[in-house]
Amino acid sequence: MASKRAMIKLTKKDRMFDILNYSFLTIIMIVTLYPFLNVLVISLNDSTDTIRGGIYIWPREFTLNNYLEIMKYDNLVTGFVNSVLRTVIGTVLGVFAQAMIAFTLSRADFQGRKFISTFLVLTMYFSGGLIPGYMLIRDLGMMNSFWVYILPGLVSAFNIIIIRSFMDGLPFSLQESAKMDGANDFTIFYRIILPLCKPVLATIALFVAVGQWNSWFDTYLYNSLNENLTTLQYELMKILDNTSMGGNVNANQMRPNAEQQANMVSPESIKMAITMVTVIPIMLVYPFVQRFFIQGMTLGAVKQ
Amino acid sequence: METVKEKAITKMNLQKKKDKKNGFWKIFLSQKTLYMMSLPFVAWVFVFNYLPVWGWTMAFQNFRPGRSFFEQEWVGLDHFIALFTDERFFMALRNTLAMSFLGLIVGFTIPILFAVLLNEVRHSLFKRTVQTITYLPHFVSWVVVAGIVTKMLSIDGGIVNDLLMKFSFIDKPFQFMAQGTWFWGIVTVSDIWKEMGWNAIIFLAAIAGLDPQLYEAAKVDGAGRLRRIWHVTLPGIRPTILVVLILNIGHLVSIGFEKQMLLGNSLVVDYSEVLDLYALNYGIGLGQFSYGTAIGIFNSVVSITLLFLANGIFKRYSNQSVM
Repeated sequence: MASKRAMIKLTKKDRMFDILNYSFLTIIMIVTLYPFLNVLVISLNDSTDTIRGGIYIWPREFTLNNYLEIMKYDNLVTGFVNSVLRTVIGTVLGVFAQAMIAFTLSRADFQGRKFISTFLVLTMYFSGGLIPGYMLIRDLGMMNSFWVYILPGLVSAFNIIIIRSFMDGLPFSLQESAKMDGANDFTIFYRIILPLCKPVLATIALFVAVGQWNSWFDTYLYNSLNENLTTLQYELMKILDNTSMGGNVNANQMRPNAEQQANMVSPESIKMAITMVTVIPIMLVYPFVQRFFIQGMTLGAVKQ
Repeated sequence: METVKEKAITKMNLQKKKDKKNGFWKIFLSQKTLYMMSLPFVAWVFVFNYLPVWGWTMAFQNFRPGRSFFEQEWVGLDHFIALFTDERFFMALRNTLAMSFLGLIVGFTIPILFAVLLNEVRHSLFKRTVQTITYLPHFVSWVVVAGIVTKMLSIDGGIVNDLLMKFSFIDKPFQFMAQGTWFWGIVTVSDIWKEMGWNAIIFLAAIAGLDPQLYEAAKVDGAGRLRRIWHVTLPGIRPTILVVLILNIGHLVSIGFEKQMLLGNSLVVDYSEVLDLYALNYGIGLGQFSYGTAIGIFNSVVSITLLFLANGIFKRYSNQSVM
């Protein structure tokens, strides 16, 4: 289509449109990228010098000290480790569980299919809400535990639907022939279906991983009093949010401790270095998975 | 591909009918692996998604933790009455609706416009670069976005103030984050910055599915670029637009509280407190679980009503339904 269009001679109006369109999109790119660039250069600038202001696209006094400095914050190191752990464990368990359920639902001969799929889809339309959810976690004794990061969000109906619609596209004869060779359903799932689903699983894995990595509210709600279970996003929130939490004071959880007090005076460059540490892992991973998730979204669009 | 699948399904259905004589349990046993693979998660979903709904009963009690269900004191609709007579509740409701409608209008139209413009780009490298860059903020947490927005709008060294001053639109830095009236706008714009590219994917996919011949025909008829967009692209993606619109309307009230909580501060609280935050502050912050639950129920009821309403309207004007 593109080549055909190019063959037809462009009119003056078309050229005008192109110029405006390309400039507009370029401005959008700059507006999207600049804030990240600014954060990066401030994090690479000497922290006392930063106070003078005026740092836009290039560090004035280049240094890596801010990054070395934040490695000394114990909470940040713990937070980083916990964030990595919850991302890895949560993603592996989550994707595996969701793929397994999707597989059973993709089997037209499975008699529990209709019930289970309705049961799952219903959860997309209602939820108990914030307080009942909180009470449940409390009653289950999951406050102050690492598992609160993994278990409540393990199964997502939306992800299951996406994986399932991919599986529906696979030829059923593959499963039949495996069955004839004596494989049971789990073996079929694990040995045949899982490897074939790599593109969609990569997409879902990215969604789950990003969700895990970016999550801070569960730490705030359930684990804010336990320094060993803190996460990177939560620590960043505490550090960036030295003033803004005032309106939403939470009597139990926002007791400022000595360390928070210290955080309140963190220089700009240090804050920006911490921001970069939470952003970089995503920036490194996502361009590689991009083509998968566009496929995934397109599929979702068609299925809707 | 579709027919092969359908054949397989009909085959399965025939098989099922035959098996029906043998009864549920016989099939159950023959499919025990499939059951073993899914039932644990059904139980899991029951615990984490269905049990909390049972917690709605709290709204009709003076809930005290530690007591059993039968020892709770039942108070009927007292908490709802208290809710509807509280001024802060209406403030939170106003803020919720204001921000969700703004988000709906802007956050819905701009991605369409963006997708349409992006589709007009012929250089695939440029197109891909724009896409890669505009998707990026979607993957960053609201914590980071709130930090960035605060930084960009800050009075010392924020680029927005610096630019405005450089071009002499203002004489001294403007305190964006301290103006209650600006808060809704700041949330909406931040949301656009974060999600525009991402939300455009679905429209780009829909545009890609349009028949190129339509464009050729329009061109032969002498339609320029804008007319082709207006008469071919937009009508072509109308079904997608409608579906996304309905889904967005369904989520109108449940806009969450992340942005408001992270971007808000004590100076703008009258404009930043949304229903969920209100529930959070009263319910968990002050330990009034029953009252907080009542707020949550109100929230859900309004969401579901809006969803059905939107779906009803949608059904009337097209023969499709999203539910």
